[in-house]
Amino acid sequence: MGKYIKFFVVGIFFGIVLVKSEAVSWYRIFEMFKFQSFHMYGIIGTAVGTGVILLLISKQKKIQTTEGTTLRVPLKDRGFTRYILGGTIFGLGWALSGACPGPMYILIGTGAFSIIIVIAAALLGTFVYGLLKDKLPH
Amino acid sequence: MEYILQPWPWYVSGPCIAIVMFLLLYFGRTFGMSSNLRTMCAMGGAGKRVAFFNYDWKSHKWNLIVVLGAIVGGFIAHFVLSDSTPMDLSEATIKDLTALGFKDAGQSLLPPELFSWDAVLSIKGLSILIIGGFLVGFGTRYAGGCTSGHAITGLSSLQLPSLIAVIGFFLGGLIMIHLIFPILF
Repeated sequence: MGKYIKFFVVGIFFGIVLVKSEAVSWYRIFEMFKFQSFHMYGIIGTAVGTGVILLLISKQKKIQTTEGTTLRVPLKDRGFTRYILGGTIFGLGWALSGACPGPMYILIGTGAFSIIIVIAAALLGTFVYGLLKDKLPH
Repeated sequence: MEYILQPWPWYVSGPCIAIVMFLLLYFGRTFGMSSNLRTMCAMGGAGKRVAFFNYDWKSHKWNLIVVLGAIVGGFIAHFVLSDSTPMDLSEATIKDLTALGFKDAGQSLLPPELFSWDAVLSIKGLSILIIGGFLVGFGTRYAGGCTSGHAITGLSSLQLPSLIAVIGFFLGGLIMIHLIFPILF
């Protein structure tokens, strides 16, 4: 149990940040895809900018993880088709439901229980991908 | 305290998200929220029928704990750390949404036109939530990640596949909002 507490705490922080930044809001996603506000671009931009710096520092200082391994980001497989097609399908759903997987869970906490329907459908979507995986171009 | 209760500006929120990513990497894991959907499928026994879900999902339990924390965090932020300031959406967005039939844009996190129980119990409303969720679940697994895995973690580590995926996210989002929304609403 003890080893899981740190993950629980990080999760709480993540949930708070995404609600306080309004990134969990359907309206903000609509506004982003309409290019009518800098807000979401500012969030993603500063997140990536800070992320690049943190990863560069940890590489230079050879920071060790709490598991005793070298801190590194798992590499994505090379490819094009799966990323552009999968990405586009995800984007269609993201704009329609206004929620990517992180916000889906967080919204339950805000009392928006109808989001559970979206989560159930996302589970089904994931399952169907698993079924069709070998037949799809990757 | 006042600053915590008000909505947080982007230049505070973005770096905070990077810290979440960094902490998970520091704990020897990684930041990826859509993987939990696969884990939940595997947990439910999908591995018996589909090989893609036949893996050691128990080693991903830590990520489900992150999800539980995120739900609690959502509760705390919404019910404790909030002064109910309405969202500062742009005028143009409010105008466009009104034209599409969305009233009171920004007064709540989600539009009641899609997420209220009245909306959910209509065929159109229910279909939108189900199709939206399905595309998110299918697309993220196909692309091997979502906003957290590709847009934040992948771009922060300068990976080309993630850049391609993020271009896809925007392609899909723009098609939905600019071409499909005018037909739907």
